[in-house]
Amino acid sequence: MLKRQHMPIFVTVALFAFIFIAGSFRYTGFFSAQVLLNLFIDNAFLLIVAIGMTFVIVSGGIDLSVGSVIALTTMISATLLQDGWSPAAVIPLVLILGSAFGAGMGAIIHYFKIQPFIVTLAGMFLARGLCYVISTNTITIDNAFYTSMAQTKLTLPGGSFVSISVLIALLVFGAAFYMAHYTRFGRNTYALGGNEQSAVLMGLPVARTKIGVYMFSGFCSALAGVVFTFYMLSGYGLHAIGMELDAIAAVVIGGTLLTGGFGYVAGTLFGVLIQGVIQTIISFEGTLSSWWTRIVIGLLLFLFIVLQKLFSGRQLLQKHRA
Amino acid sequence: MEERRPILHMKDIHKHFPGVKALSGVQFRLFPGEVHALMGENGAGKSTLIKVLTGVYSIDQGYVEMEQKRIAIQSPQDAQEAGISTVYQEVNLCPNLSVAENIFIGREPRRFGRILWKEVNRAAASLLEERMNLSIDVTLPLHAYPIAIQQLVAIARALNISAKVLILDEPTSSLDRGEVRQLFDVMNKLKGEGLAILFVTHFLDQVYEISDRITILRGGEFVGEYAASALPRIELVSKMIGKELKLLEELPKQQADANEAAGELLLEAKSLGRKGSIEPFDLSIRKGEIVGFAGLLGSGRTEAARLLFGADRPDQGSLRMGEAGAVHTPRQAIDQGIAFCSEDRKGEGIIDDLTIRENIVLALQASQGWFRSISKKRQSEIAEQFIEALNINPPNPDQLIKNLSGGNQQKVLLARWLLTDPKLLILDEPTRGIDIGAKAEIQKLVMSLSEKGMSVLFISSELEEVLRVSDRIAVLRDRRKVKEMSGDDMSEQQVMKAIAGGGEG
Repeated sequence: MLKRQHMPIFVTVALFAFIFIAGSFRYTGFFSAQVLLNLFIDNAFLLIVAIGMTFVIVSGGIDLSVGSVIALTTMISATLLQDGWSPAAVIPLVLILGSAFGAGMGAIIHYFKIQPFIVTLAGMFLARGLCYVISTNTITIDNAFYTSMAQTKLTLPGGSFVSISVLIALLVFGAAFYMAHYTRFGRNTYALGGNEQSAVLMGLPVARTKIGVYMFSGFCSALAGVVFTFYMLSGYGLHAIGMELDAIAAVVIGGTLLTGGFGYVAGTLFGVLIQGVIQTIISFEGTLSSWWTRIVIGLLLFLFIVLQKLFSGRQLLQKHRA
Repeated sequence: MEERRPILHMKDIHKHFPGVKALSGVQFRLFPGEVHALMGENGAGKSTLIKVLTGVYSIDQGYVEMEQKRIAIQSPQDAQEAGISTVYQEVNLCPNLSVAENIFIGREPRRFGRILWKEVNRAAASLLEERMNLSIDVTLPLHAYPIAIQQLVAIARALNISAKVLILDEPTSSLDRGEVRQLFDVMNKLKGEGLAILFVTHFLDQVYEISDRITILRGGEFVGEYAASALPRIELVSKMIGKELKLLEELPKQQADANEAAGELLLEAKSLGRKGSIEPFDLSIRKGEIVGFAGLLGSGRTEAARLLFGADRPDQGSLRMGEAGAVHTPRQAIDQGIAFCSEDRKGEGIIDDLTIRENIVLALQASQGWFRSISKKRQSEIAEQFIEALNINPPNPDQLIKNLSGGNQQKVLLARWLLTDPKLLILDEPTRGIDIGAKAEIQKLVMSLSEKGMSVLFISSELEEVLRVSDRIAVLRDRRKVKEMSGDDMSEQQVMKAIAGGGEG
């Protein structure tokens, strides 16, 4: 049964299918499993970070620090590996640091009642600044584990392949989907985004949920940072600049309401894929500058926000009639 | 009754806020299987008492006993765990979640941490069915249902948290008659099952219809606890306001004879209508006349008023104001001397973080243009003048308006529009949620304004009030103007008949 609350996600999925099919008709070699899989390979880190962002936005907040946390993660990983640390120590460490960074921001947001926008903006500058404290240059990674993670191709039946990063991203996706819909933490997040005052009066653990949401986003950023390190094999303070905005765009295109309380992790997956497929089309076209991706994403964002407005406007109207 | 033991006993409760004694020495008892009304004017301490009981505020002195055991309530969670649940006027649930989820969130049945949705939905449906006599699709989001249903869902949630004490804080304010009936049926059923219900309302009728006992507060102090059957209405009111109820009774019944045809035509609407909001209607208002809109909630009263003010765009018909001509936008309406006091005091009227003075001069300043500012001295003079004239309390122009009681906020709003010296004042539910004393003051004020030649469009859900104030009444039903009456035709029965509709019931 198609319920009205599922409309936004259907729009997103249909849009993705439409673009993909249109691309397949226009360009030879576009319609293949590998092109589809490449969307995942090239956007694994974006997917991970956008999933964390989905939770934050559903809870009614925003996290601007994610791009910087990715950059910081690449920097810390690269220097520690250069100093001879084992990846088995580096990866857990950066994941813990990212989570702690997120939890810290969440705690400030909750206990001092400061807008998430400001707190995470401060977090964004802080993390980006810390990158340059470590080094202003690119640090390349030649650790065997990292290079093997970067180069390993998992061949699928039919001859196409994916990278390990894709597996990680899909695992995160599965876990997040389960968390959003089948755990109390996930449902409390929706409740928080629906009406925080009510959530308090309903006796829900608002503090824990809110801090948890930012902690999860911090964790996702750090994990995306690890995956990004696999992808780039370097640490650099200019990595992932503006990625927080790509993530937010993916979430919004995926049908999540910026005002909170409504959205799906699955929508975010397609939000990321739409960004990817537009990029692919532009590279197939060949003559267009890659900045056209941004232009199209901008237009899409605008379109989706107007759609959301109409959608939530109708909800409001319904409430008034009631 | 006295041999039974109270399930909840609040003893000698004190609560201070900076500069205010909100509660001093208040006591309250609640027995199982009763509906107990908590009465008092605004500022009597009802909300404070409830917030103390639900853990929103802490107690300064005194204590709460639940089933003869002292309990400490420090947070809403504590209250819930003690078996005290509250349902507020504005439903405190999450509109984006499903009905079932709203009932069970935080306590969903789980297996290995996985929420069992089938179980949740089934349990929610049977809970609503059995205890609320309500069968609805529990998987739809809460906002898909009207407020009345949302309230029942909130009650269901409260009950499910093994509530022994249920607090209903102004639950009926935004319900229509049928919905109130439905709520009362549920309350009676729950009462029969031994639940103790604390009921707060402004509607006296409802108090007598449903409650067994009444506790009265005044000025933060305990006045008394009475059996509802042993407390006549008039005595209840005089105990609430602490003086003999002269003010209300002295209000003269409007003399219809004097200004019958005297005033010239001020406003004329011809088959003015808007699809989905109100069907085309005619209305004329003369100078110095008070026209009342009567009708149930949702009958189209507000919608009609918004058309008259130009706040909504009509699909058809015309609207003329005196000689000046047509009215299409609120801007034009204001220029031509129409002032509109919205029913949504909080949302569309007052600006919380400004002072009384600033809130009063707002409309005048706007009509003068922002570049000709009114000096602060002048502002204060104006504010003080109105504070005195309307008896606004506290009489301090620099008090933030959010700290005022509902009645006083309403007076500030009135002052704002009176200052612009309107020819027509539209008052949408000016007395909703304010206490009897302030109500009478506002009614009196409206009458004296009309004597001075101002026309007033008075909208209220309280029939009695509309009858008392108006020269002429237009009755609305189902988004249609069904009848207009004046003079001797105007009686409660006639209006009721028109509201109920011919022959149906």
